[in-house]
Amino acid sequence: MEIPTALLVNAIIAGLLLGGFYAAVSVGVSISFGMLDVVNIAHPAFIILGSYIAYIVNDRFGFDPIAVSLVLSPLFFLLGMALYRVYYLSFEKRGQESLRGLAFFFGILFITEVALVLIFGVDYRMVSTRYSDVTWRAGVADFPMRLAVPFLVSVAMVLGVQLLLTRTFFGRAVLAVAQDQLALRLMGVNPVRVKELAFGLSIATAGVAGAFLIVIQPVQPAIGREFIGLAFAVCVLGGMGSILGTLLGAFVLGIAESFTSTFFGPSWAPAVSFGLLLATLAFRPSGLLGR
Amino acid sequence: MSNRAFAPVALAVALALAAASQLVTNEYFFTAGYTVLLFVILATAWNILGGYTGYVNFGSAAFFAIGAYTTVALYNAFKAPLPVTIVAGTAVAGLAGLGLGYLTLRLRGVFFAIASLALAVVLYVFVVNWDFVGGARGAYILQPREVPFGMPRYIHLIYSVQLLMVALALVVARAIEHSTLGRGLAAIRDDELAAECSGVPTLRLKIFSAMASCALMGMAGTTFPYYLSYIEPSSAFSLSYAVNSIAMPLIGGMMSWIGPLIGAVLLGTVQQLVQVTVSSAWNLLIVGVLLVLFVTLAPNGIMGWVEAWRRRRER
Repeated sequence: MEIPTALLVNAIIAGLLLGGFYAAVSVGVSISFGMLDVVNIAHPAFIILGSYIAYIVNDRFGFDPIAVSLVLSPLFFLLGMALYRVYYLSFEKRGQESLRGLAFFFGILFITEVALVLIFGVDYRMVSTRYSDVTWRAGVADFPMRLAVPFLVSVAMVLGVQLLLTRTFFGRAVLAVAQDQLALRLMGVNPVRVKELAFGLSIATAGVAGAFLIVIQPVQPAIGREFIGLAFAVCVLGGMGSILGTLLGAFVLGIAESFTSTFFGPSWAPAVSFGLLLATLAFRPSGLLGR
Repeated sequence: MSNRAFAPVALAVALALAAASQLVTNEYFFTAGYTVLLFVILATAWNILGGYTGYVNFGSAAFFAIGAYTTVALYNAFKAPLPVTIVAGTAVAGLAGLGLGYLTLRLRGVFFAIASLALAVVLYVFVVNWDFVGGARGAYILQPREVPFGMPRYIHLIYSVQLLMVALALVVARAIEHSTLGRGLAAIRDDELAAECSGVPTLRLKIFSAMASCALMGMAGTTFPYYLSYIEPSSAFSLSYAVNSIAMPLIGGMMSWIGPLIGAVLLGTVQQLVQVTVSSAWNLLIVGVLLVLFVTLAPNGIMGWVEAWRRRRER
């Protein structure tokens, strides 16, 4: 089969741009699941919540959704801290996180989805920005700004998280929690407090990722589910708890999905992340950059 | 009661209930009753892996849909009769559970949970793209005109079949619970490492328990295409099956076979009432809120309260 160069080049570009967005979706899971050992399957619910908040503000005042999400990210941070507090008191403290904690997050995911359906209905919502319909061309290569702007902000955000985690005292404390909580306690640091802050950070990234999502495509409450498999696939593929691994895993998944859409049809794309997840679990459970 | 004695009793009760229900003249009773019974099977099946073994399956809808779509595929291919599709659907769902378990149960428990959730998404995509079973448009299945056993309508038969399946699911769950196998599973739930060290073949037991649980979920789905004579992917893969099959055992109590039964009958009936009187979106919200409330405030469910009350009385 002869593959036209332009098609191939554009499939790779679309994959990379999409991968940047997937990194924003997964970086929070990488923190909560990979480092804190909190299996927050409700993460996509907060992404969708972020999408709807960006949509409301954009619809009423016409502000740029991504700028809005960055300004409002402290609210998501506080929401995340509160959620972790409930989770800690109800499950982690009693040693029941494995089964009941999972069911708890599943319930949160479900409640958010149904509540959004009750308020906004099941219609697709979208936003309009100045760059929504702009495409920048270089030879045969197309760079739709709808994907490129989220890509740039997302990569900046993920690298920022990486810097925060490796260069600051707080970041080192988070990495220490991931390794040995008891040792941290002996050093006089309260691991619960550290986890609370880190979980807040994880939910804050979800809110921003939600704004990216509604810039990229129209959103309705039920699409959150598709991102559960995706976020965990990226997180496991990249290696548990490795932020740079998450970025790499997101690009791999983005390109794999883009090729699947281009050559087999877009309706098959959601199956790619599950395939990658299962393949990683079966053949290399430690992931690409896993320790 | 021994397992051997329980089976005929459960079967007799199911047959008696099925016979007694034929006296009900209200058609709606069978429509609502079918749904409640469906949830009893799903909750009982989920509890075999979730409650006894401690592994969370978020993909109940996937296994349910495997059963339903096996019926559609066999009906479209050979006009296969219901008994054949029941056996086939159960077997296919069991095999799917075996495969998923084999791939992910060797790793930390949470990977099984995530993989089961992702499996639901992927199978949905697969069915939407599979034209032979109707794709996204859905498929029609004609109810046979002749209803056996002199029942007036096909829904009466489906309802009675579902009652027998409930009996079977309860017998299987209770048999697993009251056997060496059940004790092995309980050991895995309480401390998997200690169980492994004491010589419990943990992986084999977990995979068996996943297979049994998923097979029963598939069995529950095999009659579903006949229920409305129409099936389409988003109703067959509805997240409400996954939520309900987790919420019901958690609310009823996960330690014995009776908990999911109580939870499913209670929650299933409440949902039918809310669905008729308010709306189906509110009914889903209620399930979600109840799930979160019970799991945070009453982790042992209704049976946990009963146990605590019994212990207090003994003192």
